[in-house]
Amino acid sequence: MIIELGHFALILAFVLALTQASLPLIGAARGNAALMAVARPAAFGQLIFLLLAFAALMYAFVTSDFSVQVVAANSHTAKPMLYKIAGLWGNHEGSLLLWVLILALFGAAVAGVGDNLPATLRARVLSVQAMIATGFLSFMLATSNPFTRLIPAPLDGNGLNPLLQDPGLAFHPPFLYLGYVGFSMAFSFAVAALIEGRVDPAWARWVRPWTLAAWCFLTIGIAMGSWWAYYELGWGGWWFWDPVENASFMPWLAGTALLHSAVVVEKRDALKSWTVLLAILTFSLSLLGTFIVRSGVLSSVHAFATDPARGVFILGFLVLVIGGSLILYAIRAPNLKGGGIFAPISREAALVLNNWLLATACATVLLGTLYPLLMDALSGGTDKVTVGAPFYNATFTPLMVPLLLMMALGPLMSWKRADLAGVLSRLRFALGLSVVTMLVVWYLREEGPVLAVFGIGLGAWLIGGAMTDLAERIRLFRVPFSASLARAAGLPRASWGAMLAHGGVGIVVLGITASSAWTEEKIVLMQPGDEATVSGYVYRFIRAEQGPGPNYTALRGQFEVSKNGVPVVSLAPEARSYPTPPMDTTEAAIYPMLSGDLFAVIGNPQGDRGWSARLYFRPLQSWIWAGAILMTIGGVISLSDRRHRVGAPRRAATPRPGGTPAPLPAE
Amino acid sequence: MRWQSFLPLIVVSFLAAVLFVGLELDPKIVPSALIDKPVPQFDLPPLPGKEPGLIAADLARGGISLVNVWASWCGPCRIEHPQLMEIAKIEGVRMIGLNYKDDPAKALAFLQQLGDPYESVGTDRTGRVAIEWGVYGVPETFLIDGHGRIVLKHVGPLRPEDIPEKILPAIQAASQ
Amino acid sequence: MKRRLVGLAVIFMLMGGSHVYAMAVDAVTLQDPALEARARTIMQGLRCLVCQNQSIEISDAELAGDLRRIVRERVAAGDTDDQVRAHLVARYGDWVLMRPPFKLSTLALWAGPPALLALGGLGLWVGQRRRVRTAPPPLTEAEKAQLQEINTRN
Repeated sequence: MIIELGHFALILAFVLALTQASLPLIGAARGNAALMAVARPAAFGQLIFLLLAFAALMYAFVTSDFSVQVVAANSHTAKPMLYKIAGLWGNHEGSLLLWVLILALFGAAVAGVGDNLPATLRARVLSVQAMIATGFLSFMLATSNPFTRLIPAPLDGNGLNPLLQDPGLAFHPPFLYLGYVGFSMAFSFAVAALIEGRVDPAWARWVRPWTLAAWCFLTIGIAMGSWWAYYELGWGGWWFWDPVENASFMPWLAGTALLHSAVVVEKRDALKSWTVLLAILTFSLSLLGTFIVRSGVLSSVHAFATDPARGVFILGFLVLVIGGSLILYAIRAPNLKGGGIFAPISREAALVLNNWLLATACATVLLGTLYPLLMDALSGGTDKVTVGAPFYNATFTPLMVPLLLMMALGPLMSWKRADLAGVLSRLRFALGLSVVTMLVVWYLREEGPVLAVFGIGLGAWLIGGAMTDLAERIRLFRVPFSASLARAAGLPRASWGAMLAHGGVGIVVLGITASSAWTEEKIVLMQPGDEATVSGYVYRFIRAEQGPGPNYTALRGQFEVSKNGVPVVSLAPEARSYPTPPMDTTEAAIYPMLSGDLFAVIGNPQGDRGWSARLYFRPLQSWIWAGAILMTIGGVISLSDRRHRVGAPRRAATPRPGGTPAPLPAE
Repeated sequence: MRWQSFLPLIVVSFLAAVLFVGLELDPKIVPSALIDKPVPQFDLPPLPGKEPGLIAADLARGGISLVNVWASWCGPCRIEHPQLMEIAKIEGVRMIGLNYKDDPAKALAFLQQLGDPYESVGTDRTGRVAIEWGVYGVPETFLIDGHGRIVLKHVGPLRPEDIPEKILPAIQAASQ
Repeated sequence: MKRRLVGLAVIFMLMGGSHVYAMAVDAVTLQDPALEARARTIMQGLRCLVCQNQSIEISDAELAGDLRRIVRERVAAGDTDDQVRAHLVARYGDWVLMRPPFKLSTLALWAGPPALLALGGLGLWVGQRRRVRTAPPPLTEAEKAQLQEINTRN
């Protein structure tokens, strides 16, 4: 009964979405306040009904109700409760329900706190949001209903892939979706602004917090997925340029460009059509990702069970949403007159450069991801290529270098016209830090690619740049220290956020460079008592034995790791065999340290020659995750800036004496 | 209305067309690198009691040959077997089997149970010769023309509709 | 006629594809560490045909093991890295290389990123020129005096 109620709630949500998509839009066009006012209750109603539907499906999973088809296909009584819950979104239908729920959540949030938006803009934003929801809900109701019954119900479910019974993997989809779907808000704002025919600083101030929130979630979601791959896939890889990984990375790149572009609209009333286009494209890339995972068009480890019929539906929806918004853009964008003029050397120009490089990088990833398909289609299946990591290393990485170099300069440049020589001289510290770090690394690690040393230098440059940014803002060493501290306390949170995020990028760069260039790997056959040395760490193999686990059998190895005779840690890697569905997995034993990760993997015995083992030392590996977390913290701090909640500055009620306009909040 | 504003739309339309076509394609199928090239010159021993094995030179003797890669442990091979029996009835097509990483006794039992469409079967116990043919899964089927050149490769089991749609036209073309 | 992709994917027997997430270590490796290192590097650049986007170095599918054996044999036999790769490309086509080859049909792929960068840059430059060209003209002396007067008045 609850399932049927859930289904009914889904239908009601669809009806509300349809209403919300149409009436407020008509109302805004005609200036009819009553019709526009429909948006808000409709948005709340949509959220409530989708929460009910979600709760109903959750109930089915939690109680292991195998009369529901998706539960029978994806769950099992023996699964721990945490993974029964996570199983809800580990499949096509359930994940779509999560999608629309988050869509409704963002819509209701704007409906709730959007009081100081102009009424017509708010109505249009909610309408566009609802149009997206209508599309997804109709798709669900027509082809992917999570509430379909399976009669007769089986005694037990098909069990979830043991790989998915993992906290990291179980919770990375919700974060990703909050990111993907969060960008729908920027999209809705952009389309609404195009319909209105006006993009102004107020609009940018409104878009930024939603975009920032989505960006934070997506950053964490991608980092979680990458971290999962690192510890689960057994050989320390954490990024494979797999099509679905790329599908999450592209909106991130575009979203980063969007965030920075919106700043220019807000502060200088320029780059309007660029920003609107980025908002449309970022969400379009999210939708593209949704399509790629579910259509079977590209070969990927991540793909859900594929069905061409669903693929056609999603593609049609994509064409409608993206095509429609781009037609609107083509017609209306030329009317968005830009305000601020800026010199070729200025903060605006630096942000334009930033956008240019990020957009090209994003396009490069798109090209690489879709090219195999393009070649297959054009050659009639006779000529296929693989676009693997070597392509991206050759094309994406060179684009990032100038971008990262610029990142230290940008925050120090002034609007409209900047003094490049002055900025560079202020970055002396960062340059010094970079050079010193490179020399130290060169001395310590003579072997390895030369480019890696530059990578380290780049990371140090970015951290130095972030520190310089802070020092400049608080006038460190130019005013008494107490005054600097006071200034630091008074700095807007958005500034702190930016500095932390940029510093975080530097840490990530250091982590990526070190672990890619100087990881040492030993692949050996070991007998108990054997030792292998990796980067000064001695792995001593103690024993290996077969044993049972909750729903698997495992070969458990034991290694004692020491350095210079001092014991460091005891590692216990496993090789597991799951019966249903039959699958072998490797559980690496990882010990993260500040200087790097110890990483051990054990494999099956090779006759009487011993057990096979892969032993690693991966320098600065954890800095990648730490940097990503720092970036997200920066984003969250920036979000908590009071100015974002205040909204657009209001004109002063009474003219101030002297006739000067009320000052904008301090930057 | 500036024409440049239409660029994103044009690019996206092109991508949509590509994706639409992509829905009909299978990204996992690898096209053969040996089309229009001579068959790999490797001979394979026969199954016990079923002489001869796979003699590469025979494939260039003239006349169309169909080389089918199969194994007794392969489920889809059972599914496609009726189609092979059908093709065996066609005049002028020499049916040759390539038994991949199989136990000869089980292979013989398979043929006894389901029928033997093959004129000869070569056994590739290690799979090395199959790699020479560019085989990466079972079943796979190759069509060879009268000059010992590979003209068609079909990946996966042969479905009934594949015979009139793919195999027969290819045989026709190769006979010319 | 629509392909039943689901059906095809399910019933095409891939050789040992369900062991994607387990580790691969070979019993027989090359004695010379330098040759073994070279062989490993080559393996990292070759795609496993029955896995999803993995190299044969890390895949534990049976076919991957067979291909690793071939790579080792060829390296031990004295082939250069390019010759080893060519050996496999001759049998499986360009698809088996992780790095797409540079040929006519991949020209758009390799030339794409620099072309996009250049085009974007061109667009920006043109945009900047137009912005400068359509900027309001600087104030005349009379207008400057007018502005001064307004400012001092308030």
